Amino acid sequence: MNDRTKPEAPDALRRRLLQAGAGAAALGALPGAGLLDAHAQGAFDWKKFKGQKIEILLVKSPRGDLLTKYHKEFEDLTGIEVGSEMIPEQQQRQKAVIEFNSGNPSFDVIALSYHVQKRQFAKNNWLTDLRPYINDKSMAAPDLDFGDFAKGGLNYAVESDGRVMSLPMNLDPWIIYWNKELFAAKGLAYPANFAQIVDAAAKLNDPSKGVSGFVARGLKNANVPVWTSFLLGYGGGFVDKNGKLTTDTPEAVEAAKMYQTLLAKYGPQGVAGFNWNESQSLFLQGKAAMWLDGVGFAQPVEDPAKSRVVGKVGYGVMPPGPKAQVSALFGDGEGISTYSKKKGPAWFYLQWASNKANQTRMLQAAAGAPVRNSAYAAAQQSSDFKAPKEWVECMLKSAAIAQPGLPVIAPVTEFRDVFGIALTNMINGADPAAELKKATTEFQPVLDKSEKA
Amino acid sequence: MRERDAFHADGRLRGPANTVTAYAMSSIAAPTPARFFARRRRSLRILTLPALVVVAAVIVFPWLFTVYMSAFDWKIGSVAHFVGLDNYTGLLTNQRFLEAIVHTFYFTALAVIVPLLAGTAAALVFHREFRGRGVLRAIFTMPMMATPVAVALVWTMMFHPQQGVLNYLLSLVHLPPSLWVYSPTLVIPSLVMVEVWHWTPLVMLIVLGGLASLPTEPYESARLDGATEWQLFRHITLPLIAPFLVLAAVIRTIDAVKAFDTIYVISQGGPGTASETINLYLYLQAFAFYNVGNASAVVVVFFAIILSLALLLLHVRQRAKWTA
Repeated sequence: MNDRTKPEAPDALRRRLLQAGAGAAALGALPGAGLLDAHAQGAFDWKKFKGQKIEILLVKSPRGDLLTKYHKEFEDLTGIEVGSEMIPEQQQRQKAVIEFNSGNPSFDVIALSYHVQKRQFAKNNWLTDLRPYINDKSMAAPDLDFGDFAKGGLNYAVESDGRVMSLPMNLDPWIIYWNKELFAAKGLAYPANFAQIVDAAAKLNDPSKGVSGFVARGLKNANVPVWTSFLLGYGGGFVDKNGKLTTDTPEAVEAAKMYQTLLAKYGPQGVAGFNWNESQSLFLQGKAAMWLDGVGFAQPVEDPAKSRVVGKVGYGVMPPGPKAQVSALFGDGEGISTYSKKKGPAWFYLQWASNKANQTRMLQAAAGAPVRNSAYAAAQQSSDFKAPKEWVECMLKSAAIAQPGLPVIAPVTEFRDVFGIALTNMINGADPAAELKKATTEFQPVLDKSEKA
Repeated sequence: MRERDAFHADGRLRGPANTVTAYAMSSIAAPTPARFFARRRRSLRILTLPALVVVAAVIVFPWLFTVYMSAFDWKIGSVAHFVGLDNYTGLLTNQRFLEAIVHTFYFTALAVIVPLLAGTAAALVFHREFRGRGVLRAIFTMPMMATPVAVALVWTMMFHPQQGVLNYLLSLVHLPPSLWVYSPTLVIPSLVMVEVWHWTPLVMLIVLGGLASLPTEPYESARLDGATEWQLFRHITLPLIAPFLVLAAVIRTIDAVKAFDTIYVISQGGPGTASETINLYLYLQAFAFYNVGNASAVVVVFFAIILSLALLLLHVRQRAKWTA
């Protein structure tokens, strides 16, 4: 039925979206608020696919738990039966690759991490283009309001050729958690630029008291977003339009030097083996003045049972670098398998999973940072919402300046591995320029091969 | 005589004594012995067929298919290209893989020798009669029963350079803090610490079994001859428990070579690649990068290494038996 609907030409859709007014203009060339009017007039019916059954493959996470908890609500609303499987992230990624490759995956809807799977899925055409559903009056729910979605999330969901391959659910821009008490003791304010980050780290670093000026991931693979957070601020990037890596440019080297200085000089002992959890425990003990990581740690930071810095933490938007102010962004969403025979019911599930109620629940349960802007206002009205206002503001400001924190390429795990080792070597004293040169030379053939395949 | 000739030609029944029996058998159309054995062989083949099919399906086929895949450049999601031995020649010049082999041998050597020494010492202690021996021995064997991943997670917390209990213990005896698994040079010895804690009890149990089976007469006569405790151990105990030590070494070597969970959970092969063993490298190639062709070549090389090691250990075991 709707599976047969021909997708609208990308340019035509883009024109329509751009015509959709101020809301869509703010989103760039993305599905916009203008579509809503058409939806409102359509004969949309949640019960359209009553009696059918769909399978969902989720990732074991607070977000997966939350959706699973409310599946009954979807079943009551639509009459569609949901079978869901929730497995850990790494295993879910492996399962997805193997099952898609078999041509007969067991699921209709799949959760995906954009920073790892977006290019891989798009390149192999594993997901269904959602535009025909978005543009169909009888298929798009009246409250599917794309004007409510943050730009960073929609950027992730839309391909460069205009195809909309998924709906974004959760955003993870990187921010700086800073210990206000330690800053105040030295008479320092939150850094206004990159140079001030290094300066503050130097002044706040006090090994005699066991306090580190700065902490972030040093463990290979996990550490790459820390470097890319600086790289984007220096105006650097990952790959040029000819498919050549730009990871050994002067900007990349400067970002790597900053990484090396902050972690090796002002970071804790052993930081080369630190992932987010070691960094978090140090910061929560009040033993680190600044911590750069994803936005989703407000809950442990403000939990008196886990944290010694409750009420003393500032949530800082990534300061401007020499060329740009960028927050490295990660995120996840859900898409429909291209092999699914139940794309209609699967699309209904996607709309339900990303609706305002579920996005608000996600924030209230501290299960993630919603893509829908309205969720923040709705959540703050609730009496049991405990996240600080500063965190909410930081999240919204960061999402507005966010750019993908990793290159959108298929072999992104290898990218993280190769450059992660280079960064760990830098912490242990290796020369940033030489390490980046070596890593770039090593990774370029992998990238070339993946794009030719 | 015709029947007799026929039997001669058959080559199984000979002489007049068998003629009557043979005649009787042929007269009731019973199978000839040759047919009987042929049928027996057939039925044996049929009976072993299920086992053969299972072995072929779960061992022989995957193994042959792995060798076959190792001749291809194949990443899941792309088209496979035949590359002959390129994956193998690539490994020969792959610095990271060669380092992984060195790390594997380094880790294995330490993770076999240290528990062997500590386990033997513990067995000698627990072999003696003393008050509370049973309770202490039970406590000593408890680590062996813990789940490896849970053990690794607990040790990860203990290794934390700022908040870990190990550095706190060092500070109590006025020793400087260590970086443990967060240092490229200390990571493998630190991981071996976990293995030692976890698996020394196993060695202790094996050696204790050996000690319990030793005769008492040689000790009595040696003592009469004025032998010291060390001489008793060196010249009587050690040679007699040698087969048990070799057995413990074989089990520990197999365990250490295939160690994955402890390393993956605690260091993920890091810092950098400082603790990346062949298993870790293989996991990355196969399940993180999906380089199936290259991973298959790693498996084949790894198999060759394990096979050589197994043959060496078997040889040592045979020698230990002979000398014992």
